[in-house]
Amino acid sequence: MIQTKTLTVQIGAAQALRDISLSVSPGQRLGIVGESGSGKSMLGLALMGMLPQEAALLGQITIQGRDMTGANDAAWRALRARQIAMIFQEPMAALNPLRRVGDTVMDPLRQHLGLSQEQALNRAIALFDETGIQDPQAKIAAYPHSLSGGQRQRVLIALALACNPKLLIADEPTTALDAHVARRITDLLVRLSRNRGMALMFISHDLAAVARTVDDLAVMYGGEIVEAGPVAALLSTPRHPYTQGLLAARPPLEPGHLRRRLPVIPGTVPGLADLPPGCRFAGRCPVELPICATTRPPKTQLKNSHTAACHRLTTGTP
Amino acid sequence: MTLLRIQGLTRRYPQPRQKLLRARAPLTALDDVSLTLAPGETIGIIGESGSGKSTLARLIMGFERPDAGQIFFDGDDLATLSARALRHRRPDFQMIFQDPFSSLDPRRSVGWSIAQPLRARRARRDSATISQRVANTLERVGLSASDSDRFPHEFSGGQRQRIAIARAIITNPRLLVADEAVSALDVSVRAQILNLLMDLHDETGLAIVFISHDLAVVSSLCDSLLVLRQGRVVEQGNAQGILTRPRHEYTQMLLSAARFSATANTPWLSEQDPQP
Repeated sequence: MIQTKTLTVQIGAAQALRDISLSVSPGQRLGIVGESGSGKSMLGLALMGMLPQEAALLGQITIQGRDMTGANDAAWRALRARQIAMIFQEPMAALNPLRRVGDTVMDPLRQHLGLSQEQALNRAIALFDETGIQDPQAKIAAYPHSLSGGQRQRVLIALALACNPKLLIADEPTTALDAHVARRITDLLVRLSRNRGMALMFISHDLAAVARTVDDLAVMYGGEIVEAGPVAALLSTPRHPYTQGLLAARPPLEPGHLRRRLPVIPGTVPGLADLPPGCRFAGRCPVELPICATTRPPKTQLKNSHTAACHRLTTGTP
Repeated sequence: MTLLRIQGLTRRYPQPRQKLLRARAPLTALDDVSLTLAPGETIGIIGESGSGKSTLARLIMGFERPDAGQIFFDGDDLATLSARALRHRRPDFQMIFQDPFSSLDPRRSVGWSIAQPLRARRARRDSATISQRVANTLERVGLSASDSDRFPHEFSGGQRQRIAIARAIITNPRLLVADEAVSALDVSVRAQILNLLMDLHDETGLAIVFISHDLAVVSSLCDSLLVLRQGRVVEQGNAQGILTRPRHEYTQMLLSAARFSATANTPWLSEQDPQP
């Protein structure tokens, strides 16, 4: 469905993404987890052909068998909406406050699919119904300000689904929402992906939300995928020190763990310009080897499709 | 011995008119909330947006006055104190805010901001004493004394939150109100700040009112919990007890939402922290 090979995005002298190789097959749900500055949103934009002007793209992106690496704007436009669609973090900012939400959702139906006004209206109502909006007939005529955050996110999902995309990229879709609303949105994304056979790429810093939504997980740090694999394997036996640190730093929410110091990853996420040349986690890693500062660790194949990039896995010093 | 005692606290806000001749009923943001906090105790206030948790913080800090109920801090009813008397008491109770990017004056050096609570007290102090206190406080929160002359934009989000904590503890307060103080931070940085708050609490016997929407974060720090929903207390008590056996279905829902998955077993959660 979509595949990247050694995808690198260069902005000035800095590499915002380095050697990203991943693939999403039809119907697959893949989670991208990382902290701010990890490059996870940049990856989403690269896959939508929406990188900033000054960014140079190296490597390869293949979508439905088509090489999109050097594609121009027109080629990307033809692909968006029908093949790939995206939803963003801020459900407040992503809707035009002066237009009824129904009109917004009908735009792509009329423009891309060439439906008549009436067909588009019926289709929009069906989409609202599919995304769990109560009383869709009435909500079609509502303005964004009269909807709650969760309802707006549902409208945006309906908008993204309008042209039946094969892949939905959701960039932090639950971050601005309350816990139980977030949970219902992730449940909805799983259901839509199952019913439509639609692939889902779920980008978030929220491990809990991602873990309950996807089958496979990729952990990003400093513009690289440091570890990837099936959710269960990654959470139960994380092999990269960053993934281990990230999981341990989360308060465990177990009665026996109350008021206990949390294990921390020392330091802060480095800026793009300050990334170390070898392993990007060098300098913060608790189990660093001399080689880590200078040489990039190779991707090591572990059990099943579980991979991690760490020198400890290849030098035999676990 | 009680440091903070809140009784029947209620706060209503007028709502904007939608019809010219008919006023709308006021919104009750906080409805009959009571709690007590002993010196050195930590309480977590948990709730979703609109639950009234930030209103509670503003009332405790004396930024607003309640419509009903009392807040006794160390015996004084804060709501009846004059502005002047309140200012005099404020070194004893300080606050840290959610957004470390907007809570520091970008045009002032970090040292100036941290020393502000000392100056606000209008106690006569020579500048050498003040800068010595600032230097000590910076080191207590894990920064270095030389950071005093730098400006907020030179620091990361986590470091700025350390600066905000330094500003709050420079007066050696007995109570710290933290409103979503780690919500804007990345997971790895969040753990550092939670550990810092835990250390300060252990070292100084500081009482903490820790407000958050994240049950996991709150329960890692607090002895007791208070769950707010639409301005009302739905459950309150010992943190251990509430986590083990949540009584109200709303608390149960918050718990299951905060866990990785409500239904699937989560083997790694019960295991030891992964060792690198």
